[in-house]
Amino acid sequence: MSFFTQFDFSVIAPSLPFLWEGLKFTAKLTLIAMSGGIFLGTLLALARLSSITPLAMAATWYVNLMRSIPLLMVILWFFLVIPIFTGKPMGAETSAIITFTAFEAAYFSEIMRAGIQSVPRGQVFAGQAIGMTYWQTMSYVVLPQAFRNMLPILLTQTIILFQDTSLVYAIGAKDLLKAAEIAGKNYGRPLEMYVFVALVYFVVCFALSNLVKHLQSRTAIVR
Amino acid sequence: MIKIDNISKWYGQFRVLTDCSTQITKGEVVVVCGPSGSGKSTLIKCVNGLEPFQQGDIIVNNISIGDPKTNLPQLRAHVGMVFQHFELFPHMTITQNLTIGQVKVLGRSNNEAHQRALQLLDRVGLNSQADKFPGQLSGGQQQRVAIARALAMDPICMLFDEPTSALDPEMINEVLDVMVGLANEGMTMMVVSHEMGFARKVADRVIFMDNGSIVEDAGTEEFFGTPRSERAQLFLSKILSH
Repeated sequence: MSFFTQFDFSVIAPSLPFLWEGLKFTAKLTLIAMSGGIFLGTLLALARLSSITPLAMAATWYVNLMRSIPLLMVILWFFLVIPIFTGKPMGAETSAIITFTAFEAAYFSEIMRAGIQSVPRGQVFAGQAIGMTYWQTMSYVVLPQAFRNMLPILLTQTIILFQDTSLVYAIGAKDLLKAAEIAGKNYGRPLEMYVFVALVYFVVCFALSNLVKHLQSRTAIVR
Repeated sequence: MIKIDNISKWYGQFRVLTDCSTQITKGEVVVVCGPSGSGKSTLIKCVNGLEPFQQGDIIVNNISIGDPKTNLPQLRAHVGMVFQHFELFPHMTITQNLTIGQVKVLGRSNNEAHQRALQLLDRVGLNSQADKFPGQLSGGQQQRVAIARALAMDPICMLFDEPTSALDPEMINEVLDVMVGLANEGMTMMVVSHEMGFARKVADRVIFMDNGSIVEDAGTEEFFGTPRSERAQLFLSKILSH
């Protein structure tokens, strides 16, 4: 009897609507943490590069702290600590979204910092020379170029983020992995479910990596 | 128009400018020359406050650059600057390069800015390139666009920081022609350059710098006739011998 004959994939089809709900949360978490993380990360990067020393130090401290703690620990820690500050219990989903945005901001900030530094100093001078303020120079001259230079790396980080979202099963948030776990228990067929969601993760990541390759060849700025 | 009053600048311990003083009156064209590392580019970047300085002051159009209360962006909007490496915004079209400052800094309408941009592109002979990106243009063309970008802000004076030294020789003249045109129209200009032909033709005065100091500040004829300082004589004999 071969290995695969013991599998019963007929349990997948009836679980699809349930798994789809999980995937929707995984996608929502990824998209919010990506956009929020890039936004906050850019502010952190600007703070780190700023000449205002306390601001630069605070940003550096935050980024280094976040990057030195395992993500799973941050997820658990935020889940337990935030309700103490806010005084009311918070759902696992909301907690996951806040945690991932705050955590990813640290990683995205390092990417944006490299991106900002990849823009030649003369570009800043050029913006300032036509009378642009700091924020105008950043928003019209530096950040668009930094963002474009870093687009492939930002997407690569997003792929990692997408995979990491599976860690929210630890606080019981219903993402794709958690949905698979529940469905698996329901039908007494956990293995089939895990094989199936692994396939879903793989297909999404594979498609995104191909997008990255495509973008790398297209977005390079002609100088 | 521009009064540079005893300015000094240090990078840490290293002194890059030492007690530089000069004046440029309205309509005057002044060429600044000197060996590399003599502080010419640093000096011209101090004039619109792109580089800070630690001592002395520069007064542009009656506004102090050194005063921390001065709104530098507002001042720079009316002081045109052209850079050695053009520094066009590579992610914008040529037209966008010329309109962004007008719209975002001067508050002109898109339509008005666009009209002005096309008018200036016409002036520098590049209206057929309006929708291209800087990377698609030659160095000489890019530098002419950079001059047009500065002119689009209707500057009261223009600063040129080695505008031709990054260009291939056959492209230098197309840029110098535009600059000569500006000078003949009475634009106040401070030009860091080694183009002695240009200096002879349009400069009212030539400033020679060495080691962070202004060594010679003389009328053009006097400068090319008999420079007083030995250092300037040596410099001239080296660059004019070919």
